[in-house]
Amino acid sequence: MLKWIEERTGLGTLLRGALFENIPGGARWRYVWGSTLTFTFFVQIITGIFLWMAYNPSTQTAWESVYYIQNEMTLGWLLRAVHHYTANAMIVLLALHLMQVVIDGAYRAPREVNFWFGIGLLMLVLALSLTGYLLPWDQKGYWATKVTTSLMNQIPGVGKEVEQLAIGGSEYGHHTLSRFFALHAGVLPGAMIALIVGHVYLFRRHGITAKKPLRKPDGWFWPDQFLKDTVACLAVIAVVLYLSLDTWIWGQGELGAPLGAPADPTQPFDARPEWYFLFLFQLLKYFPGELEIYGTLVIPGAVVLLIGLMPFIGRWQLGHRFNLAVLFALLLGVGALTSLAIYEDSNPQYAKNLQQARETAARVKVLAQAPPEGQGIPAQGALELLRNDSLTQGPKIFAEHCASCHRYDGHDGLGNEPEEAPSAADLAGFASRDWLSRLVSVEHIATDKFFGNTEFKEGKMVSFVQRKVANFDEAEKDQLSKALIALSAEAQLPAQRTMDRNDAETIEAGKNHLLDDVGCADCHQFHFEDEDLTAPDLTGYGSKSWLVDMIGDPEHRRFYGDKNDRMPSFLRDGILTDRAVDLVADWLRNDWFEPGGDLAQ
Amino acid sequence: MTRNNSPSISDRRGFFAAGLAALTGLFPLLAGLGVLLDPLRRKSNEAGRLVRIASLSALPDDGVPRRFDVITDQVNAWNHRANVPVGAVYLRRTGEFSVEAFSVNCPHAGCFVEYRRAKHNYLCPCHNSEFGIDGSIQDPSSPSPRGLDALEVDAEKLRQEQEIWIRYQKFQAGKPEKLAI
Repeated sequence: MLKWIEERTGLGTLLRGALFENIPGGARWRYVWGSTLTFTFFVQIITGIFLWMAYNPSTQTAWESVYYIQNEMTLGWLLRAVHHYTANAMIVLLALHLMQVVIDGAYRAPREVNFWFGIGLLMLVLALSLTGYLLPWDQKGYWATKVTTSLMNQIPGVGKEVEQLAIGGSEYGHHTLSRFFALHAGVLPGAMIALIVGHVYLFRRHGITAKKPLRKPDGWFWPDQFLKDTVACLAVIAVVLYLSLDTWIWGQGELGAPLGAPADPTQPFDARPEWYFLFLFQLLKYFPGELEIYGTLVIPGAVVLLIGLMPFIGRWQLGHRFNLAVLFALLLGVGALTSLAIYEDSNPQYAKNLQQARETAARVKVLAQAPPEGQGIPAQGALELLRNDSLTQGPKIFAEHCASCHRYDGHDGLGNEPEEAPSAADLAGFASRDWLSRLVSVEHIATDKFFGNTEFKEGKMVSFVQRKVANFDEAEKDQLSKALIALSAEAQLPAQRTMDRNDAETIEAGKNHLLDDVGCADCHQFHFEDEDLTAPDLTGYGSKSWLVDMIGDPEHRRFYGDKNDRMPSFLRDGILTDRAVDLVADWLRNDWFEPGGDLAQ
Repeated sequence: MTRNNSPSISDRRGFFAAGLAALTGLFPLLAGLGVLLDPLRRKSNEAGRLVRIASLSALPDDGVPRRFDVITDQVNAWNHRANVPVGAVYLRRTGEFSVEAFSVNCPHAGCFVEYRRAKHNYLCPCHNSEFGIDGSIQDPSSPSPRGLDALEVDAEKLRQEQEIWIRYQKFQAGKPEKLAI
């Protein structure tokens, strides 16, 4: 049977030729790098094809399909992690392979062409990494790739055209993803296969460059070197699996490869490339303005050219030493620039931005889950989920438009402490029982948490609390307490839903106290109309519609009328959109989507 | 019949055969060339378009820049969507009826610049270019080849309607000149 196959295919001869290659000086560990790279390339091809089966390149489906692979598909996270970390491993293995080739002088004649094939393969792997980084269409990939494609503009003469061809138009969109995907899954792997075939053919033609002196008698590739290569490949698998599982092993962080929030051109992000491009990223910082082309093209181009010339320089012993010096200087330079990039990012602002980006990414993943755990991704894409999420958008709108006067638990909503002192109330817990009981208390009402820095500091409300409430007897205090519970119930805050349900009787009694006993109805309307009462209407106080109307137009006579103290009419004057006011109102009421429905109980 | 000499690829017939084969091989590449180069054929809207950003009252007169989303119609290959956020701008009130607008994208490599209230300037979080409040390069060692890209604000709409409309444009990164895309 074997003879039959051999006669028709010559398979046995081919296999014998492949396995029984002479290795001068016998098998050695230092020869394993080429095999590990071939192995990792096959891992990438195979895992890449599986990912391809589930990936969908468009601006409304790329992040969404990667999210689905990562979080919904069986072992999808593992597949992504293996693809992601094997790509990382390839870079390290390429560096080791290049070092071994240069140190052993394996680039010398007649192996020059094969060395250039290797440099070509190195460039292709870097291009694969670059194109792959964009495909999940998350903030990280989007902004980092934007930097790369913007830099293409610096190519003399044709920069703009090259950029347009790369991104498939003048702006990022569907075609950017489909072009990057075609490059990543078609053009570049195809070119790699061609170069690998050439690389291996030339390697076999010229044979291995044995490290002198030969320590052992010559050996065969099979089984000694084959075994060493296999063990090395297993070690690569072990490292990749460890990196894929380390967050699971240590019980923190995201499982497998990271996935940020969906790409959003309207939201800032501190763009950083993958760790192996950080040195190039750092290099760009040192060239001002018009000298920038040295950092982007001239120096990197010169370095690649110098590496390409190594076979000629290395013909002489001194030249070989020069090449070694260049190699180690490069490694040192890359290491130093990478360390500097990491060091410069170890500042509180960067850490804070990173943390915020992680929180947004975690939030969108909660929302993206299928109902009832999440809201499910709409056809317009997952970005819509974030843009309609009060927990994410509320603090941003508050920080931009409200925090110049108000505070939220002492900060601007995003955790920053504005320089200027607050000049309006702190709205954390607005309309809750606790917030109201502090508002109507002698200790708090005139502080900067409430009316302390407003025109109302000397107003009727402050005076009422300081003069009347301060002298309430126990019975009146009890009535006030019930009235405030009733008032807080008007807000129908999600966090108080259970309490409000349980305290139905107290709330009924409180409403009567509010109307008849504690003095609120002397100035405020409360489920009745009286045009002479000019303080804000307490009917539905703190509810969504009350808050939206209040933010929309505080000068309406239902609220502060002509006594309004500086608060802009955000809807009436077109300062904010209806959606923005809805979002900030929901956020102030702690009303946002939580898995399982009833939140913050 | 026997051959008296082996064929050579360098003789006339061989050259013709090789040339013909090369043309045949190029056929699929030529077929795809149109789609590959299609982005170069498409006219981008270099002149930009007028977009309403906010009412003038939305911009406090404290001279501090505020960030606003640019909400307009978006064409993304085969998709046309109305009123979606497509980018962002910084706006700053410089007088009763004057507003300054800057693109948020760094002219160096397109990163999202941040306004730093404490230092009253803009910083690009990527390669550390620093820009003054007027958009000019503040730190001469900044990699950016030019200051922040100012966007035209419609003076008439500002004065007559108290509305901020800007000409939303994008500019080529990495060039000392401000060239619209």
